[in-house]
Amino acid sequence: MTTMIDLPPGAPVPPGDHAALRVEDLSLSYIVRGIARPVLRGVTFEIKPGESYGLVGESGCGKSTTAYAAVRYLARNARITGGRIFIDGSDMTTMSEDRLREFRMRHASMVYQDPGAALNPTTKVGPQVIEAFAVLGESRPVAEAHALEALERVQIADPRRVMQRYPHQLSGGMQQRIVIAMALASDPKLLVLDEPTTGLDATVEASVLDLVRSLQGETNAAILLIAHNLGVIRSVCDRVGVMYAGKIVEEGDAAAVFDKPQHPYTLALLRSLPRHGIRKSQRALATIPGSLPPVGATLPACVFVDRCPLATEICRTIDPPPVDLGDGRTSKCHHIDRLPELTEAPARAGAEHAEQGGAALELSGLSKTFHQGGHSVPALVGIDLTIHDGETLGLVGESGSGKSTLARTILGIERPDAGGGLELDSHQLAGRSTDRPTEDKRSIQMVFQNPESALNRGWTARRILARSVRKLTGLRGKAIDKRVDELAANLRLSQQHLDLKPRQLSGGLKQRLAIARAFAGDPRIVVADEPTSALDVSVQAAILNVLSDLQVENKTSYLLISHDLGVVRYLADRIAVMYLGRIMEVGDSEVVFRGPNHPYTEALLSAIPKVDGEPGARIRLGGEIPSPANPPSGCVFHTRCHRFMKGICEVTEPPLIEVEPGHQMRCHIPVEELRRLQAEARRSDEVLTTPPEALEAAEATAENDPA
Amino acid sequence: MVRYLLRRLLLGLITLWLLATIVFAITNILPTDVGRTILGPFAPPETVAALNEKLGTNRPLPVRYVESMIGLVTLNFGDSFVSGSPVLPQVLGAVGRSAKLAGLALLITIPLSIAAGLYAARRRDRLADRAIVLAGVTLSSIPEFVTGTILVVVVGVQLDLLPVLATAPEKADLVTQIRYLLLPAVAMAIVYFGYIARMTRAGAIEVLQSDYIRTATMKGLTTSQTMRRHVLRNALVPTVAVIAVQIGYLFGGIIAVEKIFNYNGMGATMLYAAQRKDLPMLTAGVIVIGLVYMLATLAADLIIAWMNPRIRLETER
Amino acid sequence: MEPTSILAPGPGGQPAELPAADLSASRAQRSSARRERLTVLVKRPAFLVGAAVMIFWIVCAILGERITPYDPYNGFSLGRQPPSLEHLFGTDRIGRDVLSRVMVGSRDVLIVAPLAALLGVLLGTSLGLVMGFYRGIVDDVLSRIVEAFLALPVILVALLTLVVLGSSSIVVVFVVGILFAPIVARTVRSAVLSERQLDYVEAARLRGESGLYILSREIFPNVLGPTIVELTVRFGYAIFTVATLSFLGVGLQPPSPDWGLSVSQEYTNMISGIWWPTFFPALAIASTVIAINLIADSLQSVLSE
Repeated sequence: MTTMIDLPPGAPVPPGDHAALRVEDLSLSYIVRGIARPVLRGVTFEIKPGESYGLVGESGCGKSTTAYAAVRYLARNARITGGRIFIDGSDMTTMSEDRLREFRMRHASMVYQDPGAALNPTTKVGPQVIEAFAVLGESRPVAEAHALEALERVQIADPRRVMQRYPHQLSGGMQQRIVIAMALASDPKLLVLDEPTTGLDATVEASVLDLVRSLQGETNAAILLIAHNLGVIRSVCDRVGVMYAGKIVEEGDAAAVFDKPQHPYTLALLRSLPRHGIRKSQRALATIPGSLPPVGATLPACVFVDRCPLATEICRTIDPPPVDLGDGRTSKCHHIDRLPELTEAPARAGAEHAEQGGAALELSGLSKTFHQGGHSVPALVGIDLTIHDGETLGLVGESGSGKSTLARTILGIERPDAGGGLELDSHQLAGRSTDRPTEDKRSIQMVFQNPESALNRGWTARRILARSVRKLTGLRGKAIDKRVDELAANLRLSQQHLDLKPRQLSGGLKQRLAIARAFAGDPRIVVADEPTSALDVSVQAAILNVLSDLQVENKTSYLLISHDLGVVRYLADRIAVMYLGRIMEVGDSEVVFRGPNHPYTEALLSAIPKVDGEPGARIRLGGEIPSPANPPSGCVFHTRCHRFMKGICEVTEPPLIEVEPGHQMRCHIPVEELRRLQAEARRSDEVLTTPPEALEAAEATAENDPA
Repeated sequence: MVRYLLRRLLLGLITLWLLATIVFAITNILPTDVGRTILGPFAPPETVAALNEKLGTNRPLPVRYVESMIGLVTLNFGDSFVSGSPVLPQVLGAVGRSAKLAGLALLITIPLSIAAGLYAARRRDRLADRAIVLAGVTLSSIPEFVTGTILVVVVGVQLDLLPVLATAPEKADLVTQIRYLLLPAVAMAIVYFGYIARMTRAGAIEVLQSDYIRTATMKGLTTSQTMRRHVLRNALVPTVAVIAVQIGYLFGGIIAVEKIFNYNGMGATMLYAAQRKDLPMLTAGVIVIGLVYMLATLAADLIIAWMNPRIRLETER
Repeated sequence: MEPTSILAPGPGGQPAELPAADLSASRAQRSSARRERLTVLVKRPAFLVGAAVMIFWIVCAILGERITPYDPYNGFSLGRQPPSLEHLFGTDRIGRDVLSRVMVGSRDVLIVAPLAALLGVLLGTSLGLVMGFYRGIVDDVLSRIVEAFLALPVILVALLTLVVLGSSSIVVVFVVGILFAPIVARTVRSAVLSERQLDYVEAARLRGESGLYILSREIFPNVLGPTIVELTVRFGYAIFTVATLSFLGVGLQPPSPDWGLSVSQEYTNMISGIWWPTFFPALAIASTVIAINLIADSLQSVLSE
C-alpha cells in the first residue's frame, strides 16, 4: 500500500535486551463487596519493540484487563495481587503517581473501542490534538505544527478544517484516526489498542487497520491489540496469545496459532467459527461443552479442564506448565500429543439444502421514506426481493444501508410508503403489524440482536413462551403448556430453565429462549437481525446450529441480517447486498462469494479481515458513506466506487438486472467485464482505491447537503 | 441558535399561558362563590352579592377568563382587594427585595456546593465524599424555617454573632445590609447546598468515568489540568439545570424564611395577602414567580447550549 | 447474577439436563435475589438510622398520650420554663410540656404527608406511564401541562389554594398531592421512555398485544423500582411541605401539637431567649425528614446496584 506519509521510516530497533512490554506472572482481582474475585491468574508475555501482539479470547477471559493493567489504568476496585509489568525496563507496578503520569505521557498510549467517547465532546478537535503535544513541553506554535503533521500522518485529508470541528461532527473512522494521532504524539514505546475497530463499518475498519499496519512499520512502537474478531488479530499481529479464564493458554506466531492450534481451547474456539467458506449443509459447527467460568470463580489447576475433552486427573491437580514447541510457540496443556484425537464433526448426511421452493414473501417496489424536520429521508427505495420457502436470505450492507429498516418494514413495525407490494403467500400484507390478522402476525416473527433487551426481565422464561403461544396460536389451557414444553425441547431448554428469569440465564440460553418465542406460532418467516453478534464465538456456534436445525425441521424461511460474512455464508442460501436503501446485488450465496460481484460487494468482501489469512484483492474505498437524506446522483455508489466511470455513473442510476440466472446486479459495467476486472484484481498486489474524480463528485454532493 | 431561542421562547409562552390558566382555575372555579370565600361564612348574603358585583366575580366564567388573559398580556393583574391599588407594582417591589436575599443565598451556596461536589467526586467513596454526600442529604431535607430557627437559636441568640432580624436600618451601607441578610441567606443556602453538590458530584463522576478522561490521563495531563480542561465544562451541564430549577423553589422557601426573620419581601407580602384573602395579589405573586422560574430555566438552557456544542450546533440546522 | 449454566450441545445432542444441585441452586438464587437485596439494605448504617428514627416517631404517633409524661394539650405547670429534669424540653407559653407535645406532634403530619405523597405518586405514575408510552401528541400536550405545573411555586400555590378552599387536612393532602404529581410524572416518564426502547416491547407488539397490556403488564412492573424510590422521596418532601404550610399558618390548625404549627406559635419568643418550645419541634421535623431521606437514598442505591 502506498501511504501518503512523508515522515522518514522508523528508527532502527534500539540495542539492549529490553522488551517494550514484559508482563510477568501478573495476577489481578476485582474486589466486589469485600471479596477478591480473581480475573488474571498469572499472565506472562512480552512484546519486543516494533512487534505487534494480539490477545484473543472470549468475554471475561481478562484480555482487556490485561491491556489496562499494562498501562496501570485500572478500575477503582481492581488490585494487582502479584507479578510485575515492565515497559521498556521500568516496573509499572511500583511506580509513583508522578512517574506514572510522566511515563504515560512519554512512553505508553492507548486507543479504545468507541472513538466518539474517547474525545471530549465539548472541545474542538484541534485543541485536543495540540494538547497531546503541548503536554510534552512544546511551545504552542510547535505543538500546533506537530498536531497538523500528526493528522496528516493518519491520512486526514484536510487537517486544518478537521481541527475546527467538534468530535460529533466527524465520522467514526475519522474520530478513530484522531485518537490514533494523539496516541502517537509522544512516539510511544507501547501502543495499546483495545477493540479499535469494533463498531466501525467493514470498509472503515479495513482502512483503520491499514493505517495501524503502516504506522507500525514507521514508529517502532510495540503494539498490544485486543480484539474479539480473530480476523482483525490475524491481519495485524505478528504474535498472538490466547487467553482463557485469566491465563494465556497458548502463544505463538499468529498465522501458526490460527492455522495449527496446539491447545484444546484454541482448537475448539477456531472450530466453532464458520471458516473456510463452510456452509450449514456441509457440517454443523463445533461447540464447546459447558460454559465460560464466571469472573472470580475458583478454578482447578488447568483452567480449561471442565470443558476439555482430553482432561485427565493430572489436569485437576497439576497446573500445566508452558510447553515450548519451538519458534516462540508455547502451550499450557498436559496432553498436546493427544490433540489429534479431537476430530471435527462429521459432515452432514443428506441434509443438502432443499430445492428452492415457491415464494413465501414477495416485495415489489417497496419503499420507505422517513420525514424528519421537513426533510424526506428515503431509507428504502424500490426494493424488489423474494424470500422462498425454507430458504435463508442473507442481508448485508454497512450502517445506513437500510437493512434494519427493511426488516422492520417486513415485520410491520414501520409502515411502507404507499404503492409498494408486500405479499405473503400471494396475499398483500397490511403495512402495520397492528392491522394484520393474527394469522399474518404468527407467520412473520423476529429474533432480535440483543436477547437482554428482547426479553422482559420481569417475566420467567415460561411466561414469555406461554404468552406468545397464547397470542399467536389461539391455544388455551393445557395445550399452551404442551406447546411451551415442545418449544423448549426443540431449543434444548430444560424444564428448570423455564422457571428462571432472563437475567439468570446465560447469553446463549437467552437467545435460545428468544428463538423459541419466535417459533411459538410456527412461523413462515423469521427475521433474525444480527442474532449472534452479542454472543461469544463458542455460543454463536450453538445458536447457528440451532437455527439451521429448526429450519430443516420446520421449513421456515429466514431473513438473516449480519455484518459477519462468515455467519452469512454459513447460514444463507441467497444473499442480498444493500447500499443506501437499494438492493445492489442478489444471488445465490456461493455465486455472490465467488463473483463476479457488484463493485460494492467486491469492496465489502475484500474489507473483511480473514481469520484464514486468505489473500484477495485489496480494495479500499475512499470517502464516507453518504447520508440517505441526500443520496448521490446516478448510481448511489458512484462517490466511492473504485470502478467509477465518469460521464455515466454519476448521471444515470443503473437498474437491477439479471446478469446470470438467479443473479441480479445494479451496475453499468457488463458482468463479463466485471468478471475480467475482478480476476485481474485478485492476481495483482495492487490496492484499488476510489479514483479522485469520484471523490470530487462526492465533495460536490456534500456541499449541496442541506444538513 | 436563534431558531433554538425562538422555539424555546414560544414554548415558554405556552407554558406561561397554561400556568395562568391553572391559577385562574384555582381562584375562579374551585370557589363556588368568591365573595363568600373572602367574607367568610357569617357575612349576610347581600354583602356577599355586593362584593361579587364590585369584583365582577358574578359574571360568567368565560368572560372572566378572557379578561384575565387580556390582563396577563397587558400586564394588568387587577387591583388589590385590600388596598385597591394595582397589585403588580407591589408584587414586583416585594420580589425585588426578596431577590436581594435570594441572590445572596445563591452567591453563598453555588461556589461552595460546586466545589464540594467536585471534591467529593474526586475522592469518590472515601471519607470526605461520604461526609459530603451525607451532609448534602441531611441539609437539603430540612425545611428552611427549621434551619432558620436553629440558626437563630444558635448563632443569633446563644452566640449573639449576627442580627436575627433581616431588615437593616434605613440608609445602611452595603456591608451592614449584607450583615443583616446573612443569617436568612445562610438558612436558604444550606438547603440548596445539598442539591447542587449532589448533582455536581454525579455529573463529575460520570465525566470522570468517561473515555475522554482516560484519553486525557493517558496523554499525561496532571489531575488539575484534566479537571480544568476536560471535567469542569462537561460535569457542570446538569448542575446548571439544577440551579435554574432551584431558583424557582427558592422563592417558595423564601416565604417561611422571611417570616422567621421578619423581612418585608415576597413572603411577607404574600402572607399578608393570604390573611386578607387578597386573591389578585396572590395570583400575581404566583404568576410572577412562575415567570422567574421560566426565565431561569430559559437562561439555563441557553447556558447549556453554549456549553455543549452538540446541542448548539444541532439546533442551528 | 452469575449465569446458572450454559448448554451447548453438539449437533443433534439431547436436551441437556441440569444436574439436580444446579437446579436447587438456581431456585434458591431466585428467591435469594430479593433477600440478598434486603440484606444489603439492612446492612447500610444510613438505612438503619433512618428506619430507627421513623419507627420511633410512628410508635409515638400511635401510642400518643399513653406514653407521654404529661398531657400534651393542657398545661398545668408554669409557662416558659427552660428544660429541667422535670420537663426535659421545658414548657411552652401556656405551660404545656414541650416533650409531650413533640411526641404527639408526629401524629398529624404522619397521616397527612404519606397520604399526600401517595396521591402524588399515584397520579404522577399514571400520568408518567401514559406520557412515556404514547409519546406523540399525547406526550407533547401533557408535557406542556406538566411543565406549567412545575413552574408553579409549590408553597405559594398551596397558600393560594388553601386560602380559596379554607385550611383543612384534606385540602392539604389534595393540594400537596396534586402539586407533586407532575414531578413524579417526569421521573416515571423517563423510566418508561428508556424501557420502551427495549426490544421486548417491540416483540410484544409483533405478537399483537394491545398498548394497554404492554403498559400495564410488561412495562409497569419494570418501572416499579424507581416508583417506590420516588414514593419515599416524595414522602420526605411532603413532610417538608406540610410542615412549612403549618408554619405559615395554613396547614394543620390549632390545637394540633403539630411541629410546624408549634414552631409558628412560639418562634417570636426566640429573641427573648425562650428557644426550647421552637427548637425541639424544629429538631423533630429535621429528624423525620432526614430519616426518610436516608431511607430513600439507601433504597435507591440498593435498587440501582
